[in-house]
Amino acid sequence: MKKKLTPILVGAALLMAARLLAEAAFWPSLALYIAAYLVVGRQVVCKAARNICHGEVFDENLLMVLATVGAFAVRQFPEAVAVMLFYQVGEMFQDYAVDKSRRSISALMDIRPDHATLLHGDGSAEEVDPSTVHVGDLILVNAGEKIPLDGVVESGTALLDTAALTGESVPREVTVGSEALSGCIDLNGALTVRVEKTFGASTVSKILDLVENASARKSRSENFISRFAAVYTPIVVVAAVLLALIPPLLLHRPFGDWIYRACTFLVVSCPCALVISVPLSFFGGIGGASKAGILVKGGNYLEALASAEIAVFDKTGTLTKGTFEVRAVQPVGMNADALLALAATAESRSDHPIAKSLLDACKSPDTASLADVQEIAGHGVKATIGGKTVLVGNRRLMSEIGITPPAADAMGTMVYVAVDGVFAGSICIADAVKEDAADAIKGLKAAHVRRTVMLTGDVRPVGEAVGRELGLDEVYTDLLPAGKVEKLESLLKETSPTGKLLFVGDGINDAPVLARADVGVAMGGLGADAAIEAADVVIMDDKPSRIASAIAIARKTLRIVRQNIVFALTVKILVLVLSALGIANMWAAVFADVGVSVLAILNALRMLQKQKD
Amino acid sequence: MKLSYSITGIDCPNCAAKLERKIQKIDGVSLAALNFMTSKLLVEGDDDKKDAIMAEIARLVTKTEPDAVLKAL
Repeated sequence: MKKKLTPILVGAALLMAARLLAEAAFWPSLALYIAAYLVVGRQVVCKAARNICHGEVFDENLLMVLATVGAFAVRQFPEAVAVMLFYQVGEMFQDYAVDKSRRSISALMDIRPDHATLLHGDGSAEEVDPSTVHVGDLILVNAGEKIPLDGVVESGTALLDTAALTGESVPREVTVGSEALSGCIDLNGALTVRVEKTFGASTVSKILDLVENASARKSRSENFISRFAAVYTPIVVVAAVLLALIPPLLLHRPFGDWIYRACTFLVVSCPCALVISVPLSFFGGIGGASKAGILVKGGNYLEALASAEIAVFDKTGTLTKGTFEVRAVQPVGMNADALLALAATAESRSDHPIAKSLLDACKSPDTASLADVQEIAGHGVKATIGGKTVLVGNRRLMSEIGITPPAADAMGTMVYVAVDGVFAGSICIADAVKEDAADAIKGLKAAHVRRTVMLTGDVRPVGEAVGRELGLDEVYTDLLPAGKVEKLESLLKETSPTGKLLFVGDGINDAPVLARADVGVAMGGLGADAAIEAADVVIMDDKPSRIASAIAIARKTLRIVRQNIVFALTVKILVLVLSALGIANMWAAVFADVGVSVLAILNALRMLQKQKD
Repeated sequence: MKLSYSITGIDCPNCAAKLERKIQKIDGVSLAALNFMTSKLLVEGDDDKKDAIMAEIARLVTKTEPDAVLKAL
């Protein structure tokens, strides 16, 4: 700032002195004008000279020099100096705005921990760079510090502020054995953490990487701007040359007037306002979203989110908690505990939520007698337990071996068990919807998402009950993984040409669907690498209501982008037209150049402000 | 192959955009993204041309932006 301010002040003083002298003495005042010009524009002239040596013709410094020298040539001395002066003032403001937004961005990225306190075997502690800590090391996290690496709490209890990762303001309590994720802030107690991931693989690095690299995936508007910028300057410069030559040569107009108009063109020839503000808005949008616990992998996905038209949800783990509980056991020919034990044993190697709930209900599965487990996708499992063939799964699995279980109207998922081909009973497992699931759907409708759809592998009564409870438009039940992809493809065909389909899943077994949708949103990405990998947007906590926030942020971003594009183009074109007609002067041109840049940056900076939930 | 650099001292956003276009045109480069605000340059390209690409990036930067400082991350 200071480096630019002194020449500007000195130049301004010289300019005033020159104007006072202009009436009395021509040559001394011209000398003062030139001195003022050199004081203010020395840097620009130097850069222009250097760039022309590199064969860079359409360089903004060179064009600025040409414009002002042109103004000198047609004896517009005060204007020539003033344009350079204001150009520099504008540049100074632009530097200031850029600097300020860089700082807001680094504040946004402030989750990077700067040190880790390593505990040595002898009990001594040492502050080290987090990237030098190894897996298995013990680190100490004091109250008020950021957890530097992912690990497991070895001793201590504390409340963690996870807001930087999840946007969630309620602190999470951790104690011995809990997962401690990097980027969380320890609010009260000291913790000893056994490191489980290197710094590079820790959550905090992943999130930072993702957000910083998000700018590589460009949105349509950004691509438009970069294509536009590539042709804009040459076109304006060529127009300026034509303007300077054609009217005077063909229509015998005075050269001076038209050269002045051409110089005005050159001042407006930099597309900087657009080139900086559009990517900055997207970057701000992505940054603002990450602050709210929503990771967006690129400007293109932000753009797609903004035109979301159909929202498709997976049920389990997305709209419902995914924590199933055994609600009822109806054995046939054995007691309830034995049936539960059989089912739990058969499912003991599966990581399906249903398997987990069976295992939770039956504390002691007889895994020793379990042999030869075979998972039948979308149906269940087939296992050999103590020499008997046990089938555990849904109604389809039963009907394949010719069993028709008694009809059940329980509001839950029915798990049927057959032993050696004989029906042995059923277990009812139910799942609860998430607290904010209904709000999430309401929020989407308020955001004018045309259709909300749920796809589930679950049976019709359960799926439809959830659909009614949440107010979903459509529910498709009994879908196998392949069926979900098929259904999604047919829904994709029903979107309007500009509308986008977003799919929201938990990222566990819906990777193909996530990939197929226009925007794949994975929920509960905190610590789940697979979800972060597969999805385009990752919701860090378990709240489906964040999707509406994501759409709101995306729309705000695009609104700002559109404002900036329209504003910058309108002002520039207006000034070009008016100066061709001889109405606008160089002052207007300077405003159209740097003034518009500064305003566009300020507008883009709105994206970095705290987002409403 | 992915390369990532920090690049500071670029004059203006349009200069950054111009440099990005030039790097994008290097033989073997499939994606170049220069973020003026975060001062980061990301380049993706062919593995077997890595050395040539890196040399060309360094050459282009010193040629078009003599004040810029390029640092591999």
